[in-house]
Amino acid sequence: MTPQYPFMVVGTVEAGREDALRQLLDSMNGLPGMARPDNELVPFGRFDSLHYARFVILADPTLGDIEVYGLPKPELPTYLAFFGDVDGPAESFLAELVREAEAGLRQIFSHCDDFGDGTELATWLRDHQRPVGANYVNTVGRTVRQIREEEALHRTLAARVPREALDSAADARKLRCQLVEFSRAEVRAGRLHFTREEPTPWEWLIRHYLNLVAIPLIGLLAAPFLLLFSPVLICWLRRLEKTDPEFCPRPDVEFLLTLKRLEDYDVTNQYTAFGLVKPGLFRRCLLTAVVALVDWGACQLFAHGHLARVQTIHFARWVFLDDKQRVLFASNYDGGHEAYMDDFINKVAWGLNLVFSNGVGWPRTDWLLKRGARLEQRFKYYQRRHQLPTQVWYKAYPGLTLSDIRRNGKIREGLSCAPMPESEALGWLRLL
Amino acid sequence: MNKSVELEDIQGLVRFAYGHLKQACFLLLRVKEQKQDAARAWLAQLPVTSAVDASPAPARALQVALTCEGLRALGVGDDILQGFSVEFVAGMVGDENRSRRLGDVGDSAPARWQWGTAQKLPHVLLMLYAQPDGMEAWKRQVLKGAAAGFQILPELDTTDMDGREPFGFVDGISQPKPDWQRQREVRDQERGDYTNLSCLGEFLLGYPNEYGLYTDRPLLDPQGAAAELPRAEDVSDKADLGRNGSYLVFRQLHQNVAGFWQYLDRQAGGDATLRTRYAETMVGRSLDGKPLVESDGLNGFDYRRDPQGLRCPVGAHIRRANPRNGDIPPGCPFPSGESEARGAEPVGVRAEALPDGDSVTPTPNASTLTLPSPRGRGLVASLLTPCRCRLLDWLCRTLGFDAKAREQDLIASTRFHRLLRRGREYGQAVTLDQALAGIQSETGLHFLCLNANIARQFEFVQSAWLIGTRFGGLDRESDPLLGDRTPDLNGAATDHYSMPQSHGASQRLEGLPRFVSVKGGAYFFLPGLRALRYLVTAT
Repeated sequence: MTPQYPFMVVGTVEAGREDALRQLLDSMNGLPGMARPDNELVPFGRFDSLHYARFVILADPTLGDIEVYGLPKPELPTYLAFFGDVDGPAESFLAELVREAEAGLRQIFSHCDDFGDGTELATWLRDHQRPVGANYVNTVGRTVRQIREEEALHRTLAARVPREALDSAADARKLRCQLVEFSRAEVRAGRLHFTREEPTPWEWLIRHYLNLVAIPLIGLLAAPFLLLFSPVLICWLRRLEKTDPEFCPRPDVEFLLTLKRLEDYDVTNQYTAFGLVKPGLFRRCLLTAVVALVDWGACQLFAHGHLARVQTIHFARWVFLDDKQRVLFASNYDGGHEAYMDDFINKVAWGLNLVFSNGVGWPRTDWLLKRGARLEQRFKYYQRRHQLPTQVWYKAYPGLTLSDIRRNGKIREGLSCAPMPESEALGWLRLL
Repeated sequence: MNKSVELEDIQGLVRFAYGHLKQACFLLLRVKEQKQDAARAWLAQLPVTSAVDASPAPARALQVALTCEGLRALGVGDDILQGFSVEFVAGMVGDENRSRRLGDVGDSAPARWQWGTAQKLPHVLLMLYAQPDGMEAWKRQVLKGAAAGFQILPELDTTDMDGREPFGFVDGISQPKPDWQRQREVRDQERGDYTNLSCLGEFLLGYPNEYGLYTDRPLLDPQGAAAELPRAEDVSDKADLGRNGSYLVFRQLHQNVAGFWQYLDRQAGGDATLRTRYAETMVGRSLDGKPLVESDGLNGFDYRRDPQGLRCPVGAHIRRANPRNGDIPPGCPFPSGESEARGAEPVGVRAEALPDGDSVTPTPNASTLTLPSPRGRGLVASLLTPCRCRLLDWLCRTLGFDAKAREQDLIASTRFHRLLRRGREYGQAVTLDQALAGIQSETGLHFLCLNANIARQFEFVQSAWLIGTRFGGLDRESDPLLGDRTPDLNGAATDHYSMPQSHGASQRLEGLPRFVSVKGGAYFFLPGLRALRYLVTAT
């Protein structure tokens, strides 16, 4: 199995060059915000291991929100973030990237304050990698190549399968066998491909199993302490929940249009949000713990097609910046923005509250899990206001949603003539 | 809390479809330049019909709605307008993203509309209802003096097609049932079952919605003329300009009746029975309105017993427009403790004959997810008994660990996406024979619906459920009737319709053209009567 890794490069935009950078990034796009796979600067389409990538200028217009606490607006830099998700280690991808697109990357990153003519790109990229606090991969081990191969299989079989009603289950079994034979012939003829799965890297396995026990172990060790102090902690939390100011004004209409102009060209959309963490030690520690927990959950519990009840997120990440003063959240999701928010509110509001109620202004929560994102309109205003336009976004398989990818995977898994229950044979045919 | 509903302040359309008034006419008006005062004075004297019961039923009715442009033209200030929803203020056109989402592309792009953009964007919508032969007199009476302040755009007439829409199907059977008695509990809680009963706040501003919250609307200081407005229930020191009002979505949908039946006839190879069967599976009901799934009456059903769509395809029009699911996919066969006693009764849906037609109402105990109580059994024993253990089962479904439930969890919960439909047919009705002979007609539906949150209700249903090509995990197909057939970004076609069958791959209709195109539309505000008076006199 080839695991997926995130890469995350963050540089500080040089003062006065933000507009020029915006223009340059825009030149990579075909449709608004949608990278041309063969653009001259970073030809994403050439990289077979790349699932998603984006360039985002992290200029946060909501920094002044901290004034609801009576604190002064912090002086924080504007960043250029370049991040994405790849099959295999991020380092090998970045090395390949430098080989293939050095000139373009240099041109882009020359808008950062510490990137000069003499800077060595590979070193600079390595030095500017930021750790990802929590990373979610819809299905760990599913490669770009596999997704494309299985889509080709689906198309071939969907075009081939007879669509008349069959007389009996025996006919269904027979038909399934014929289709299996047919796809094998297509493979032999070189029209379909099934790449053999790579062995799982042992470093990944060790890390994975260490992670599996480490977090529960830490939890176990911390449990007596937490239990002992739970009355204090709970009182502290409740007091903050009652006093933390809510700040969810309606987003500016022009700003909304800027965001929406970039959406709904493909069946998948991008989402990038950025904001300040609430001041104080309690929120900082709580958020650190929760993000670690989310990362653990994503690795150990939710690596097979769903993040709790949400089945439409391809990749997502939570990243701390500026010494945990700020958090970035980014995701790639299927469907429209309103449907995404509907999922958030109606399926996983509790999960959102757990993490984002530690952000400045979040709609008021109760007991960390309740209310908050369930306050529908306030939540919707809040998240749109904290969203940032994604200047350049690349997806390796346009026109494919997770429901497509999942179905295609099942079709491939079912490519077998072995005797099977009737319902299974019939179910497989219905996938086509 | 005072749970009263001021029927005398609500426009009748929210409560009644005026079905007994067979004639309807929609008039689009624009305020003449420099004639603002005349326009306001004329609007102020209109005899608008309220939602109060009248006996005998009124012989005619008049309803008034305004666009944001209209309010602006009448002199309503920006400070008030900004209190309305973003979608209403922006309007149906002018934002390409909205047009993409709603499927208003190609021939249906706003640039090609007969009305709804630029100089043809209406300011005021008058909806006139009358008994046969009463319309002309009623129209004359209403429009008396209008010309002083208004330019009247070409009127939108309607045709009484005897309860059928132009393709020939009985229409308007399923409607949400606003909770006029305000009996539905105002609390944010998970509801496992589908019901037609909806909180009033889903359709009327100023009342709690399904989240137990009040939808944003303009709240004013209760001074001067605003003191006449109702007070906001949630902010008692504010006057509520939205209360008793609703957003009205109006779209003129042209239906290519000849194209529809000719296409199906070709697919069926001229076989009349098969042709009808195809049409009926596309809709999800028979021509006479009988649902394809088992149902108690015409409207007492949901799709839990047909998850694969073997009886009613998942992509069928009525299944997309109203998926009839709950907040969380069903787990154990008995969603609540008490239902065990009901034995095999189907899944919490019970049809009750109501005066306004068959309607699904929730059984009292199954309408909400009752958190399990072990009831005498030990907690551990209860946790270990398969399917008895509801807490664990519920937790599994909430965390997404129940793979079976996950397969049923691809569609958003219905109760947050309901529309009160008030449409009327227009144009010359076409018989089946005429349609098959290729006789074209300018006919279709003036689609009108009421909702309190345009983005969450109308736009969501239209974009995610009807235009969306992956509804319920389907393979690249949009609504068989309304779909816009735009190919995916990778060029893959979305113009087929699949009909799952128990033995074999789904049957497919390929190459569906676009049968329904948009000819005009706008978002209106249908104010309460006091709010209307305030808007045209005080501001």
